Amino acid sequence: MATATERLFGKSIKRREDPRFITGRGQYVDDVKLPGMTYAAFVRSPHAHARIRAIDVSQAKAHPGVVAVFTGKDMTGVNSLPCGWDLRKEKNIPGVVQDLAMVPHMPLTSDVARHVGDPVAVVIAHSQSAAVDGAEKVRVDWEPLSAVTATEMATASGAAQLHSGAPGNVAFKWALGDAAATDAAFKNAPVTVKKRIVNQRLVANAMEPRACVARFEEATGELTLWVTSQNPHVHRLLMCAFVLGIPEHKVRVIAPDVGGGFGSKVFLYNEEVVCSWATRQIKRPVRWTASRREAYVTDAHGRDHVTEAELALSRDGKMLGLRVRTTANLGAYLSTFAPAIPTFLYGTLLNGVYTIGAISCEVTGVFTNTTAVDAYRGAGRPEACYVLERIVEAGARALNMDPAELRRKNFIPKFADSYQTLMAVTYDSGDYGAAFDKLLTVFDYKKFRADQAAARQQGRLLGVGFSTYIEACSIAPSKLVGALGAGAGLYESGKVRVHPTGMVTVYTGSHSHGQGHETTFAQLVADELQIPIEQVEIVHGDTGQIPFGMGTYGSRSGSVGGTAIQMSLNKIKEKGKQIAAHLLEASPKDMEYANGQFQVKGVPGKAVPFGAVALTAYVPHKYPEGLEPGLEETSFYDPSNFCFPFGAHACVVEVDRDTGKVNVLRYVAVDDVGNVINPMIVDGMVHGGIAQGVGQALWEGAVYDGESGQLVTGSMMDYAMPKADMLPLYETDRTVTPTPVNAMGVKGAGETGTIAATPTVVNAVVDALAPLGIDHIEAMPLTAERVWKTIQASKAGK
Amino acid sequence: MYPASFEYHSPATVKEALGLLGTLEDAKLLAGGHSLIPMMKLRLAQPKNLIDLRKIPGLKGIKEDGSVIAIGAMTTHWEVESSSVLKGKCPIVSETASVIGDPAVRNVGTIGGSLAHADPAADMPATAIAHGMEFVCEGNKGRRTVKVDDWFKGLMQTAVGDDELLVEIRVPLWGAGTGGAYLKFPHPASRFAVVGVAAVVTLDKQGTCTKAGVGITGAGTKAVRAKGVEAGIAGKKLDQATIEAAAQKAAEGVDVQADLQGSVEYKSHLCRVFARRALEAAVKRAQA
Repeated sequence: MATATERLFGKSIKRREDPRFITGRGQYVDDVKLPGMTYAAFVRSPHAHARIRAIDVSQAKAHPGVVAVFTGKDMTGVNSLPCGWDLRKEKNIPGVVQDLAMVPHMPLTSDVARHVGDPVAVVIAHSQSAAVDGAEKVRVDWEPLSAVTATEMATASGAAQLHSGAPGNVAFKWALGDAAATDAAFKNAPVTVKKRIVNQRLVANAMEPRACVARFEEATGELTLWVTSQNPHVHRLLMCAFVLGIPEHKVRVIAPDVGGGFGSKVFLYNEEVVCSWATRQIKRPVRWTASRREAYVTDAHGRDHVTEAELALSRDGKMLGLRVRTTANLGAYLSTFAPAIPTFLYGTLLNGVYTIGAISCEVTGVFTNTTAVDAYRGAGRPEACYVLERIVEAGARALNMDPAELRRKNFIPKFADSYQTLMAVTYDSGDYGAAFDKLLTVFDYKKFRADQAAARQQGRLLGVGFSTYIEACSIAPSKLVGALGAGAGLYESGKVRVHPTGMVTVYTGSHSHGQGHETTFAQLVADELQIPIEQVEIVHGDTGQIPFGMGTYGSRSGSVGGTAIQMSLNKIKEKGKQIAAHLLEASPKDMEYANGQFQVKGVPGKAVPFGAVALTAYVPHKYPEGLEPGLEETSFYDPSNFCFPFGAHACVVEVDRDTGKVNVLRYVAVDDVGNVINPMIVDGMVHGGIAQGVGQALWEGAVYDGESGQLVTGSMMDYAMPKADMLPLYETDRTVTPTPVNAMGVKGAGETGTIAATPTVVNAVVDALAPLGIDHIEAMPLTAERVWKTIQASKAGK
Repeated sequence: MYPASFEYHSPATVKEALGLLGTLEDAKLLAGGHSLIPMMKLRLAQPKNLIDLRKIPGLKGIKEDGSVIAIGAMTTHWEVESSSVLKGKCPIVSETASVIGDPAVRNVGTIGGSLAHADPAADMPATAIAHGMEFVCEGNKGRRTVKVDDWFKGLMQTAVGDDELLVEIRVPLWGAGTGGAYLKFPHPASRFAVVGVAAVVTLDKQGTCTKAGVGITGAGTKAVRAKGVEAGIAGKKLDQATIEAAAQKAAEGVDVQADLQGSVEYKSHLCRVFARRALEAAVKRAQA
């Protein structure tokens, strides 16, 4: 049994869920087997942009095994998929320059297909093969239209127009900061740098593709939807209230084991809506599992910003002003939270960890004939960090100042409770210089520069890159996000049910799809109650079991979901004190909870174990007057602020002069995520995040053919995911600055690596190439060819 | 990822397989299946009939046959990679097999399947050319042997007839003083060769190159012999300047194709870089 001296909080205990995953016993959506199951295959647009003249489903309907074929015209009474974030002046949303164009997004489009993969019909059959065969027999009479896929071409005159409600393909215009003050800062600045910075489009590539099973039971009128979701209650609410108009209390959404999300499984998608509608028509369960190719063209993509960034500096390296103009590609439709990502999760973070004189940010969201873009691990914050850290690097080069020195000169000084930025948000706690200094120590910066000088003498292209970062996580205070346009509150629920035997089941509204909730939350509960972790079970992902919850994204599970659980545990303890005091004939005021028992303060031996109190609560024979039996508490926690983790990363790369290939030789990360419940799990998150961040810097990128609008990196054979042998062993370390926002002092760790790693690597490559006179590379990924061409261009320029 | 429906056949002998091949409409041969099955799942290939060669005895194995090592067409890449005979007598063949795909691919994919499929970015074709492998095809009229320079006909096209099976690959042994190397620039996603160069050289006691073979894969529509490079080193002492000068000819005669992984200019450059590196490594090994 855990004792007070042996706390589970902070211990690297092994993940309890892993044995079932690594022995193939996980239960994913595709493992759901139901009697009478049917299988769906979607007919998708092969064109980036095309009008549908007619759809002939007769041959498909006649195909053996086909049960039903539906097109958009069959789905009468079904509404558009909703966008859950509003940006309109009449709603007093800050920063709105031009209202968000709320364009329709029908589950099956019946007039125009707007990107490759846009679904136009569904074929449902007795077997998956029959469904796929049937889908091949649906004849669509297409009228191909011109298409626009490139971000900077969307608003060009003559560009293809996607939506009548969005003239010029402009989705919205938004601005934050003080443009006048920024102009003034630039006017008087002795040194300015200006760079075009492209943050390319990424594909989330969760290991498990999206899937759903929808079952309507006519006898009860109940619909059950198993779906790969990071937030089953949000799925249920959006689908019932906005799209299908079916009673929410008759719908149960289950997100069982889910193999990765990275944001892409937050959103309500066409397929689960169509299957949920179709099961009501055919009165049989309907299953759909995406192929990897479908995943590439339908899972929401990430990033895709084109930015012009400018930094104004004093000669001695003070940051005087930052001006950022970004065009954000939203794809063909508005995905669930799309407008929030390049605005309130992006512009608000441009202050970084620096004291900057003035900042101004303008963002234009645009529609293109591409897959919709929405939150992808980090969601807006990596884009902000990338712009800031790349322009700071460029600033250091313009000043001929050590980039580490420039950063150190400008850190916001240590603070314990709040720092008001220029970009609306108020940081919770921070000691940015300490994290950076620790990084320089662990990295041994002086020694590296000596090694680098020697390597350069030999003609080797060796470079170091730094990045600091700030992240807004623990998303989010409901009132605040409501004022910013969110259609939802962002609290979290946590229910603790103590069983008569003292066993504990915890129901969390957050959802684990890799984060390790079954371990971390059990650890938290066992630590608080000082009972063996084996007595604690975590339940998540089932609207039939858990209280209404908002799910997992934005590094919120531990800090928001965990705090909700902790609040319920406190209520359990308070009630337990009353029960124990009654049993001991003491006053509840004199009771304390320690070592797994309720005891009278200062009277050793006068105590009732947790289990005995639990039993008494359910067998209330000797029981306080007026106290309800049972021991079960539910809490909803709405945070008072975001939490702001931060840190500093460094990496060493060597560029192969012959081929342009970048080899990452060393990677050091110092992160500050506040207090840490399970260091091993946090390290794992940092590792995975770095891999994704390095992946963006060097290999990943969704590429559309400019002519045809086809996604040419539409498979694992073309889209280069990072692999183990492409990455070095990471060196990770931490500083600990607890947040004052929640009682545990935890901030959030899920996205830090993804945010920091990308600029770290790119800065390192630029440093490696500096002897050739190269001070900037505009676009990622830094493929061997791109780096080689950059080297060739530098030679030609001399 | 469900293939269109097809008929499956599992012959027990080469003769039976040839019979099926001659009579069935729209039939494809299945070896390891690591190219064909994915294409069928994507429905890029929809053969009506699939003739599985895996149950036919005698098509597997590696044996010395005088001055030749004979490799059964159905021998897996892993068996080629780990063969002590090959590692001892012509290690470049094992080395090439060891960089194909990943372990899962190598455990099932076969040398014959790969060389008959002739993917333009496959690894083994470069080594087949450099080393001068020969291909034994069996048809109803018996066996014939095709030299490597007659084997690769075009994009995924080889000299094997529609009514023939590739049954054996013959690797001639080179004499003393031989060294070889296959080096590639792998595609970061697929690990196929963006450019791969195999070089085999024999040096006499004076260090003069008496025999050389250089094959290039990845850059064009098919693997080709780098004749210019071979001419640049034949009969010469292979010092650095000679190697570098010869390697400059590497892209000549390659119909370099531009794609997402590289422009014609870049891939041509990679041909030259990897020709130099492969020659340097081959010479070093020949001298060892």
